[in-house]
Amino acid sequence: MLAEDKNWSNRLFNTVNYSLLTLVSLITIIPFVYIVSMSFASPEEVAKGGLLLFPSKFTFGAYKYIFSTDTMVRSILISIYITVLGTLINLLLTSFTAYPLAKATLRGRRTILLMVLITMLFSGGLIPTYFVVKAFGMINTYWSLMIPTAISAFNLIVLKNFFQQIPDSLVDSAKIDGCNDLGILFRIVLPLSMPAMATFGLFYAVGHWNTFFNAVMYMNDAEKFPVQVILRQIVLLSQDQIGNTTSQQDPTDYLPQTIRMASIVVATVPIVLVYPFLQKHFAKGVLLGSVKG
Amino acid sequence: MKEHYEAQLQLRHNYRFFKESLFIRDIVRDRWLYVILLPGVLYFIIFKYVPMFGLLMAFEDYKPHLGFMNSPWVGMKHFERFFSEPQFWMLFRNTILLAIYNLVFFFPLPIVLALMLNEVRIGIFKRFAQTLLYLPHFVSWVVAVGIFYVLFTTEGGVVNELIQKIGIEKIPFLLSEDWFRPMIISQSIWKEAGWGTIIFLAALSGVDLQLYEAARMDGAGRWRQLWHITLPAIRSTIVILFILRLGSFLDTGFEHIFLMLNSMNREVGEVFDTFVYMKGLTQGQYSYSAAVGMFKSLVGLVLVLGSNWIAKKFGEEGVY
Repeated sequence: MLAEDKNWSNRLFNTVNYSLLTLVSLITIIPFVYIVSMSFASPEEVAKGGLLLFPSKFTFGAYKYIFSTDTMVRSILISIYITVLGTLINLLLTSFTAYPLAKATLRGRRTILLMVLITMLFSGGLIPTYFVVKAFGMINTYWSLMIPTAISAFNLIVLKNFFQQIPDSLVDSAKIDGCNDLGILFRIVLPLSMPAMATFGLFYAVGHWNTFFNAVMYMNDAEKFPVQVILRQIVLLSQDQIGNTTSQQDPTDYLPQTIRMASIVVATVPIVLVYPFLQKHFAKGVLLGSVKG
Repeated sequence: MKEHYEAQLQLRHNYRFFKESLFIRDIVRDRWLYVILLPGVLYFIIFKYVPMFGLLMAFEDYKPHLGFMNSPWVGMKHFERFFSEPQFWMLFRNTILLAIYNLVFFFPLPIVLALMLNEVRIGIFKRFAQTLLYLPHFVSWVVAVGIFYVLFTTEGGVVNELIQKIGIEKIPFLLSEDWFRPMIISQSIWKEAGWGTIIFLAALSGVDLQLYEAARMDGAGRWRQLWHITLPAIRSTIVILFILRLGSFLDTGFEHIFLMLNSMNREVGEVFDTFVYMKGLTQGQYSYSAAVGMFKSLVGLVLVLGSNWIAKKFGEEGVY
């Protein structure tokens, strides 16, 4: 692949390709850069308008304001709680369910797998699910944001396939050494699956941190709203009073733009920070998948 | 004769006993596996299958104080009401149009992007571009819609200020019927097109490099290699994703649309999902909105089974 022909059509191809990709990347990233720099600018400078990619003076005023309010700080703590505990539940339940299903000799395995697959094709939908959650008394509790989404059928199937790749010889030798199935799962299978667990952990965590609609549906108490719901009130509802939910006569109406921007940043940075931290596991996961037994 | 028959019976009995004991032996051997399997199975029964059973409330007049069992049965009443309502056609049109726009404008983009990234020979450029393109996937729809709001609002949004500078009047991107669908689609593209490349890049990484070598020997340029080697290599991936996409054809992105809806664009923006939420949970018409939701789920099911069947007819692998 290294010995590329250096003729003109190849050069043209490369030039067009690299320029287009650069352009697309810029379009993707500029809105973020813009929001971040606006959040550090002074309200007066923002009010002047224009495309302000680099403010002339950095201030932390907007952030200071956000962290001095009860609402935003509380909602962030709630979101952290839901994300950490929810992701633990996700990973525990998903791996506990996937491991037995990875055993070809398990009786009833095909039936259960079929049962899982069907849920990917057809669902009861919003209203009946709401009533199930309600019947369990989970309305207005944080459980409603963690338990009804405890296992993703898709992640379960992928993790099951991942477990199947672990060589039988490892499991057999542990059995001979007197390890039972639980011991094998905790001492051999799960440690070997750390890259996969990290990847799914990230996916689940992103889901919990970004949870918005379930919270709107299951939470009645404004004191218990996670950060995305609060963010919507600050950024979207205060701008568009003709919006669709409960009338929000917020004091946020008078908030300067910079506070809206800073709120977006605060609600986004935690989850974006987790991503590079787990990215190295992505690479390992791919490696482990390619070097079989 | 009789003895022979009895011996046969005995044999059969023994055999069955043998099989049963095998079965029980397997269950006992795997007892811990069943113990840890139980919570997951319960999860799927309670949160996936009970709601499916609960869809029966679409055929009754569900009253919370009467409960699921005692509410009166009304047959197809709610479905008949839904299909005869003028709103049905509005919802149908909005949902289908958004779904088609998604399929036409959004679906091909990750493929094109993946093909472009695959042609990049400078490793660091590729990794850098990928990291940037994946980023929006990790933000919530509230943040994505929020960013678009800040950029496109008529009150000091950058885009509108730039438009004004060129001498054109401000465009109410967020509060108009004409701009609703383009905004929805471009937001989806901005947020998910980059992430969508992952699966195609994975498929592309499996292509045998010798094929390219051979094609170059035969004098094929970059375009010909793309057309005759790269594209056929990911054809089955494209087909599978297309089928899956059709299965969720009517899932037009609930949170996304919910966040973008306002009184100015409701006429073009209301879709089945948001209608179910509004009628069901905010107005309390449970049975009626359950019927609407069921109609949507059934159409999705038919679409995915149908497209899978067609894909198999054309010799592709399909999902099942």
